[in-house]
Amino acid sequence: MSQLVTGYFTLAVLGKKFAIIARKINAVTLNDFLKERYSSKWVVILSSISIVIFLFSSMAAQWVGGGRLLESFMGVSYPTALFIFSVSVLVFVVIGGFRAVALTDTIQGMVMFIGTLIILVGTIIAGGGVSNIMKDLAAENPDLISPFGADHSLTPLYISSFWILVGVGVVGLPQISVRAMSYKNSKAMHMAMIIGTVVVGFIMLGMHLTGVFARAVMPGIKVGDTVMPLITMKVLPSWLAGIVLAAPIAAVMSTVNALLLLVSSALVKDVYINYMDKHASEAKVRNMSLGVTAVIGILVFFASIHPPDFLIWLNLFSFGGLEAAFIWPIVLGLYWKKGNAYGAVSSMVVGVISYICLDRFSPNLLGMHTVVVPIVLSFAAYIFASLATRSMTREEERLTASKFWNV
Amino acid sequence: MDPRYKISNREALMGIGLAILNFIWWYGFAYGFGGKPVKEYDYILGLPAWFFYSCIVGFIVFSIAVYIMVKFFFSDVPFEKESGKGDKQ
Repeated sequence: MSQLVTGYFTLAVLGKKFAIIARKINAVTLNDFLKERYSSKWVVILSSISIVIFLFSSMAAQWVGGGRLLESFMGVSYPTALFIFSVSVLVFVVIGGFRAVALTDTIQGMVMFIGTLIILVGTIIAGGGVSNIMKDLAAENPDLISPFGADHSLTPLYISSFWILVGVGVVGLPQISVRAMSYKNSKAMHMAMIIGTVVVGFIMLGMHLTGVFARAVMPGIKVGDTVMPLITMKVLPSWLAGIVLAAPIAAVMSTVNALLLLVSSALVKDVYINYMDKHASEAKVRNMSLGVTAVIGILVFFASIHPPDFLIWLNLFSFGGLEAAFIWPIVLGLYWKKGNAYGAVSSMVVGVISYICLDRFSPNLLGMHTVVVPIVLSFAAYIFASLATRSMTREEERLTASKFWNV
Repeated sequence: MDPRYKISNREALMGIGLAILNFIWWYGFAYGFGGKPVKEYDYILGLPAWFFYSCIVGFIVFSIAVYIMVKFFFSDVPFEKESGKGDKQ
């Protein structure tokens, strides 16, 4: 349940401060904020590179998910399913442009909430009740119902480190922090904290329970990512399964659309227009955005052909990388006046490089998820570099403070 | 300093405090009850007691806690540039 905290934690920590500052400096994206806060071209460029690298794997995760859904739903091979999925996404995005109707969070949340409930109830009925399912699981392997996992590999420390990765560390994700700026007023933000906590908590609880129960109802599923579609088709009548499975496809489409927008705006708007061609015409910008989107879509397709067994890994890789890059430039940028561009650049470089190296050479160092050590290192780098260069940057510090902290 | 920051700093600390309590609740029940051998587990509504208290009761308790925190301890502040002139909606 480490995700229960995300609903309230991000908004409590970033919420009001980010919303107030964003209005002072007219920021709508994370890069707008970083650019004003640190007045440094390198911060913006590094931030854009991190967004492109890590959101790419996040998109690949969505692509694999869409492919797996269609694969189990339509009974075609995975590459065919992936191809159908990619073509429909690209058509959707290119024809609709970026104005293509993205489902609002409210509708997505409602659909996921109801879908989760239906699948969970269906699975419990199919398994003959919760007690029965627990008995089956314990008979297969008693450790399945312990908090340590089937092979005793999940230590308390490892599981606890997920509270950082998918819980409190989420304040460092650009796609999340940008939401904090966008609330109309504090009433809407308060409401979102309550509803978000309940909805996220319920969906997480329901999905995890269904995943565990599925092991008793349908033993022997090989690819972890096909559990949800397969169990849905097994326990629900086909018309209901169709409706319930259409929902995640819609959610995936709308997420992909949003991620593509973030990546192409980081490349085109934040880097190209800002630093390479300040006077690009509107038509040129539009064409570049479309071109960048199409190229990324095709690259993601090729990256997704041989997916890892658990697409959650891709998603978590992206989470960790973005958190290592952004958490301190955002949080300390908001709360610590002495933080400066040197601190932000060092923090991003140290965070991203240590994260990628650890992921390659020594994942789960000290028994924790890979993200923990880079977050600690990038914190040290931010503080140290900001303090070490403070005497050179008094003037910037004064200017930033008057822009950000004064009334 | 912008007076609204005082409020946002206080609320950020409350958010951190609640997250720490949430973690302690979750950890305490999961590994306190779940650390026993599986044969000695108690079951509530068919689920192992560690899971029931840690995740299901924890979810309900902290949803209520968030509601109380937001309703009674968080203040409405205007986000717009002119502070102190009320929330423009």
